[in-house]
Amino acid sequence: MRLQAQGVQLAYDQKVIARDLTLTIPDGKVSVLIGPNGSGKSTALRALARLLPPAKGSVILDGKSIQDTPTKEVARLLAILPQVLVTPESISVEDLVWFGRHPHRTSLKVPSAADKEAVEWAMTVTSTAELRHQHVDQLSGGQRQRVWIALCLAQGTDLILLDEPTTYLDVAYQLEVLDLLHQLNQEQGKTVAMVLHDFNMAAEYADHVFVMKSGALVTQGTPEDVFTCDTIRDVFGVESKVVPHPVSGKPMCIPLRAGLRAQLSVATG
Amino acid sequence: MSSTTIVAQHVRRTSLAKRHPAALMGSLGVLAVVLSIYSLKVGATEVSFGNVLHALVGDRSDQAAAIVFDFQVPRVLLCWLIGTALAVSGAVMQGVIRNPLAAPDIIGVTKGAGFGGMLLLLAIPGVPVLAVVPAAFVGGLLAAGLVYLLAYRRGATPVRIALVGIAVSAAFEAGIRFLLVRKPLDVSAALIWLTGSLFGRSMSAVLEILPWVLVLVPLIVIWARKLDVLGLGDDLAAGLGEPVEKTRRLLLLFAVALAAAAVAVAGTIGFVGLIAPHMARRVFGGKHLASIPAAALFGVLLMLFADMIGRGLAPPLEIPAGLVTAVVGGPYFLYLLVKTGK
Repeated sequence: MRLQAQGVQLAYDQKVIARDLTLTIPDGKVSVLIGPNGSGKSTALRALARLLPPAKGSVILDGKSIQDTPTKEVARLLAILPQVLVTPESISVEDLVWFGRHPHRTSLKVPSAADKEAVEWAMTVTSTAELRHQHVDQLSGGQRQRVWIALCLAQGTDLILLDEPTTYLDVAYQLEVLDLLHQLNQEQGKTVAMVLHDFNMAAEYADHVFVMKSGALVTQGTPEDVFTCDTIRDVFGVESKVVPHPVSGKPMCIPLRAGLRAQLSVATG
Repeated sequence: MSSTTIVAQHVRRTSLAKRHPAALMGSLGVLAVVLSIYSLKVGATEVSFGNVLHALVGDRSDQAAAIVFDFQVPRVLLCWLIGTALAVSGAVMQGVIRNPLAAPDIIGVTKGAGFGGMLLLLAIPGVPVLAVVPAAFVGGLLAAGLVYLLAYRRGATPVRIALVGIAVSAAFEAGIRFLLVRKPLDVSAALIWLTGSLFGRSMSAVLEILPWVLVLVPLIVIWARKLDVLGLGDDLAAGLGEPVEKTRRLLLLFAVALAAAAVAVAGTIGFVGLIAPHMARRVFGGKHLASIPAAALFGVLLMLFADMIGRGLAPPLEIPAGLVTAVVGGPYFLYLLVKTGK
């Protein structure tokens, strides 16, 4: 396995978020980190992407400590899409995707044929090539997110990490983004690891799920293993009923409101 | 209805510069050269274009030509160097701090540099002028450090940085005035440190600032893409393999050095470092590879205009160039403040 966290302690300034976190991102799979607000899932992802140096323990990429690997080299192996994205003023789609080549270029060199090819390919697989001359700030939420993913793809890495890529998007756009990531995994063999909020989306798209609470890994496994009424209650503090998705058969968690919770306890008790 | 108008303007504005960016940049350059030649003629002494021509070919037998050569040529060269230094410094600061209100004078670097330079001049009388730039550099760094400590830590808003910068500026200006009262220099020197002027500057001033501009500006242009990457936010920039903190510090150091060099030779000329990068971005867009050279040209044009107006308005009286830029720049700064504060 190429990317793993080994007993890392993560902290912002003095505030410890995670004490002793160990997890391995499975190669060639789509993994999802999930948990309530403040559970440390985004922090864990930032550490995996070497954006947050662990206070203790280490993150290992290809057998080497990621903090000891030159950051430019890491950028050629692993791409990270942060949650908060700053779109430069009136930039075109193509120009934004070109940023993905930054780790492959030096200051004085003109772009190589390989750079151009990678940018074209990234725009093609994300279906953003036809938008290339449009300004990014004029796109729809889903299109814009596809452009950011194209930027990551242009980096030419097999590992792609994304921090809540669907937050603030309408459901149609959420599906647009997750379908694209699924397709990249299936067709291009990319390893995808992302933080998601919605457990039903996670169940639908993930091969492997990490469930986190208060900075610790509670459980991990396939969506079928992980999404049980007990886990949902324990981690999110929510009573729910887990049923198979009528079409995909994946587990679906349906949270219950107070009146229904009483009914359920009568029925089962 | 109104939204369509905005989009249309948006597209038109960028397409002009997008279709012919080199031509537009070239015309700005030509304009600056023409203005420079014309500006050799303006001033207290009446000289003709014939005198100017003689001076330019190096004929010093003509007395008027000698005046042009000794007084006007250094001034025009200084306009180029100072305009470039201040504008590029401002462009880098706005890019690195990601704050449209950042500029050497807004964040206190200009007054800090003025204070540093003056302190050295008073402490060691007869110090070689070449040492003034490093002293100004130290003063500028001190001011930038103060602003950083007081405002920048933990996500300061653009307006907050500007406010702290103005306070720090005021403190250093008070320091400059205090030094002037304690050890009165001659009036022209006082004017230079307080408002910025090109009056009576000679070729030695040109040589003082030239190496800084010649080394740092190309270095910054080479690093233009790093500035672009920093504009994507810290996390994405770091994810793209840019050592964010290191790059940011180095670029800010370059920016402070450029501003300090400008202050060391001409005092505190305000607002050029704020306005020129804005004009450049509006016309040429956000890519630093285009907007930094464009900012330099706008800076040169602003300096040439300010100096010419200052000299030509009521000769033989001289209005310091720094005063002219303040008259134009003050309202522009207020406009930006209101726009950004919203």
